[in-house]
Amino acid sequence: MEEVLARARKVAEEAEVYRVSSEETQVRFEANRLKQLQTNQQTSLALRIVKGGRIGYATTTGTGDIDTLVASAVETAEFGTQAKFQLPGATDYPAVAIFDPAVEAVPISEMIHLGETMVTAVTRHTPGIICEAGASRGVIQVRIVNSRGGQAEYRKSFFSLDIEGNLIEETDMLFVGETDSSCHPLADTRKLTDAVLRQLDLAKNKAAVPTGPLPVVFTHHGVASALVMPLMSAFNGKMVLEGASPVGNKMGQAFFDKKLSLRDDPTLEFRPGSRPCDDEGVPSQRTSLVEGGIVAGFLYDLQTAALAGTKSTGNGSRSRGGLPSPSPATFTIAAGDTSFEDMVADIREGLVIEQLMGAEQGNILGGDFSGNVLLGYKVENGKIVGRVKDTMVSGNIYKVLKDIAAVGSELKWVGGFLQAPPLYCHGISVSSRG
Amino acid sequence: MPEIEAAAESLREQLKKHRADYLEARLEESQTSHITYRGRGLESIGRAAASGGNLRALVKGGWGFTSFNTLEDLPGRVAMAVEQARSAGHGKSRLARVAPVTDRVPDGVAKNPVTIPLAEKKRRLDEYNEIIWSTPQIQTSTIGYTDSHKRVIFLNSEGSFIDQSRADVTLRLTAIAARDGEVQQVGLSLGSRGDLAAIEGLQGQVGEMARHAVALLAAPQARGGEYTVVLDPVLAGVFVHEAFGHLSESDFVYENERLREVMTLGKQFGGPHLNIVDSAAEPGLRGSYKYDDEGVPAVRTYLVREGKLVGRLHSRETAARMKEQPTGNARALSYRYPPIVRMTNTYIEPGTTSFEEILAGIREGIYAKNWYGGMTSMEMFTFSAGEAYMIRDGKIAEALRPVTLTGNVFSTLQNIDAIGNDLDMNQGGGCGKGGQMPLPVSNGSPHIRIQRCLVGGK
Repeated sequence: MEEVLARARKVAEEAEVYRVSSEETQVRFEANRLKQLQTNQQTSLALRIVKGGRIGYATTTGTGDIDTLVASAVETAEFGTQAKFQLPGATDYPAVAIFDPAVEAVPISEMIHLGETMVTAVTRHTPGIICEAGASRGVIQVRIVNSRGGQAEYRKSFFSLDIEGNLIEETDMLFVGETDSSCHPLADTRKLTDAVLRQLDLAKNKAAVPTGPLPVVFTHHGVASALVMPLMSAFNGKMVLEGASPVGNKMGQAFFDKKLSLRDDPTLEFRPGSRPCDDEGVPSQRTSLVEGGIVAGFLYDLQTAALAGTKSTGNGSRSRGGLPSPSPATFTIAAGDTSFEDMVADIREGLVIEQLMGAEQGNILGGDFSGNVLLGYKVENGKIVGRVKDTMVSGNIYKVLKDIAAVGSELKWVGGFLQAPPLYCHGISVSSRG
Repeated sequence: MPEIEAAAESLREQLKKHRADYLEARLEESQTSHITYRGRGLESIGRAAASGGNLRALVKGGWGFTSFNTLEDLPGRVAMAVEQARSAGHGKSRLARVAPVTDRVPDGVAKNPVTIPLAEKKRRLDEYNEIIWSTPQIQTSTIGYTDSHKRVIFLNSEGSFIDQSRADVTLRLTAIAARDGEVQQVGLSLGSRGDLAAIEGLQGQVGEMARHAVALLAAPQARGGEYTVVLDPVLAGVFVHEAFGHLSESDFVYENERLREVMTLGKQFGGPHLNIVDSAAEPGLRGSYKYDDEGVPAVRTYLVREGKLVGRLHSRETAARMKEQPTGNARALSYRYPPIVRMTNTYIEPGTTSFEEILAGIREGIYAKNWYGGMTSMEMFTFSAGEAYMIRDGKIAEALRPVTLTGNVFSTLQNIDAIGNDLDMNQGGGCGKGGQMPLPVSNGSPHIRIQRCLVGGK
C-alpha cells in the first residue's frame, strides 16, 4: 500500500489508498437439507488521487499491477470533479468494539448445527414447509493511508443467521422468514424461529380487506420494506445539495410527527454497520437526522460536505468499489412508548404489514411508496384475523410520517443495518381485489 | 501468458485427479469503466480491473465452493472445495449429462468498449445532460454509464475447457423535476452487448424524458383499483420476466414437491395466443451466450406454448433431478458466486393485433409504459411503470403519476386478452436473485392488454 501511495504521490498532489480484505464462510441449507459450504476470499485496492485539482480514481483486485492502477487514476483525473476537500491527516478515532475473535473460532460443524436446529423447529411446526437457511461468519479488514499522513485501520467480525420458509397449498404460496446478525457469534436460533412460527400462525387463516384508506401497523420488517429507502435518500447530503431532497430546506423545522426521531450511529458496539471511521478515514460519530419531528441534520462525505460548506459526518461509503459517497452506516429510528399489541388493539378495521414487495420501485425521491403486501394481516376489532393477499398499499412517506398514531416500544434490527420500532399510521391507501 | 490462462492450464490435470463426483474451475479477468453524473457535473469517473477464480466440487449431492482473487496455492483451494463438498454431501450426486467441450468464444465486438478513451464516452453523455438541463423546471439529473469486458475460462473434471469473452454496455439517465416540495422523476435505460452505437443518437428521447418529468408535476395520481391495462413492449417485457420467468427457474421447483405439482408441464397458464420464450441462443442480446457457467450450450426454450406450460430453465443438477433436458441457464454474476438458474433473453412472441386494435373498445383503462422495476414472490408480483396515461374511449388521454401494478401469476396471465404484433427487446435491465445483481438480461414483448389488473393509487 505504501508503495502505491509513494508511486501516486510522484504524479499527483494528493493520494489516498484504500484496501479492504474479506474472508467469509457460509453454510447453506436448501429444501430443508444441507446443500453447500462456501468460502469467499477477496482483497481490493482503490486509489484516489488529486491531480491538477481534479479527482482521479481507479481500483483493482487480485493480481492487477501498480503501474496500471496509477495510470488509470491519472487518466480519469483529466475529467474528474474538482476536489474541494482535504484528506484527513493523522487523527484519533473513537474506540468502537466490532471485533470478536470468537467468530472465527466457530467450527463449521456448529454452523451446520445452527442451520439444522432452525430448519427442524420450523418443519416440526408446519409439515410440508420448505426451508432455506444459512449461517455465515467472516472477518473484514480495512486500511486507509493518505498523503496527508492520515492512517486508519480496523478489523471487524460478523456473523449472521437466516431462515426462510415457503409453504404451498394448491396455488397459494406463503413466504415467511427472519434474519439476525452481529459482530459476536450468534447461538440463539429460537429468536429467529419463534418469529417465523408466529408469522405462520398469524397467516393460517385468510382474510380480505376493503379498498380505501385504512389504519396500518408497519412491523419492523414493514418499516424497512416500505418507508426506509426514501428516508435514506432524503437525508443524503448529496440530494440535499442538489435541491432534490424534500427535507433539504427544512433544517430546524418540524417536518415530521414529534414522535419521530432518526439517527445514524456507527459507534454502536458490535453492530455489523459500525466502524471507528468511514471509508475516507473520517472518525465515526452519531448524527441526529430528526429529533422529535424536527429536521436536525444530513449525512455527508468529505467532498459533498465541502461543496455544502459544512463538515463530513463520517458517512463516506464506497459501495460497490466506487468513489466515496454519503450513506448511512447504522440507521436507527428511536423507540416510542406503545406496544405492538396496543397498536393492534386500537384498530377496528385495518392492516398489519410485515413485508411490502416492490415499494422501492416508485418515485423514491418524492417519498412515494406503493407495493404488494407480500406478508400482511387483517385486523378486525383489535385482533389479527388472518393473512391478506392480492392487496396493494400506496402512500407518501412525508404525509404518513407527519401524523403518526403511535411509535412502537420494541426496537429490532432488520438486515443488520437498520434498527426500527413498529409504526402505527392512519389513512394508508389500500387497493384490494377483495 | 495471462495469469488466468496459466492458472487454468495448471488446474487441468488436478481436476481430473481429485476424488470428487464432479469438479470445476472458473477463472475470470475483467476490466470496467464507469462515468456517473449527479446534477450538472461529473460525480465519478473511474476504471477498475479485477481477476479471480473459484472452484466448485460435488460429492454425494453436496456442493463445496471456494472463491479467491489471489491465484496462489491452487492445489490447496481444490482440496478445500472437495473437503467442503464432502462435509455437505449426504445423498447421491446427479448431474445431467453434457458432452465435454473445448472451445474459444471471442467477444464479438468490433472494439472493446472499455478501451475507448473516457473523453470520447464523456462527450456523448455531456450532450445528453445538457439536453436535460436545458428543459425548464428540471431540478437535477443523474446519469450512470458502465461498460465491461470479461474473459472467463471454464474447465471441469469431465474434460471441458471453454474460454469465453464478452462485453457489456449500460446507460441509465434520469431527469428529476421539482416544484413546491413535489419531486418527480423519469428515467431511460439502455444497454448493449458492447456496442456503443446503442447509446448514440438519443437526443430526441432524452429531451422527451425531461419534458415528461416536468409534466408529471401537474399530473394526477391514479385512483387505486382494477383496470384494463395496456403495457408497452418495455413494461410487458418486465412483466413477463417477473410474472412468469422467475417461476420457470427450476432451482426453486425441483426439490419442492408441492410446487412441482403446481408447475406440471401441460398446465394451462394463459390463452392459446400466449407464447413465452427464454433464449440465450439469440445473437447479440445482453442475455446471450454460447455456453453457460457450467459449460452447457445455450438453447432456445419455450416456457409457454399456446398458453400451456411446456418447459423450464435448468442447471445440470435441476435437469437431472427433474429428468428433463439441460437448457444451459446456470449463470454466475462473477467468480465470487456459484452459478444458479437464471433467465437470459425472455420474451412474449408477437401476435397479429395492432396497437390501435388493442386500445379500441377500452372505455376507461391505463396505458403503462417504461419501467422503474419489478419484483416477484413467485405467486404474486409487482412491476412499476415509469410513465402512465389514462385510456378513455379507446384513446390515450391525460398523463398520470407513475403507477405500480400487481398481479397473481395464476390469474394475470389468463387475463391477457390481446397480444400485439410489435415485439421489441429491452436491453436496459439487470436481474437480481440470490444476492447476484445486476446480471445482464434482456426482456421483450409486443404491446399486450390485461383485463382486471390491480393498480396501486390513492
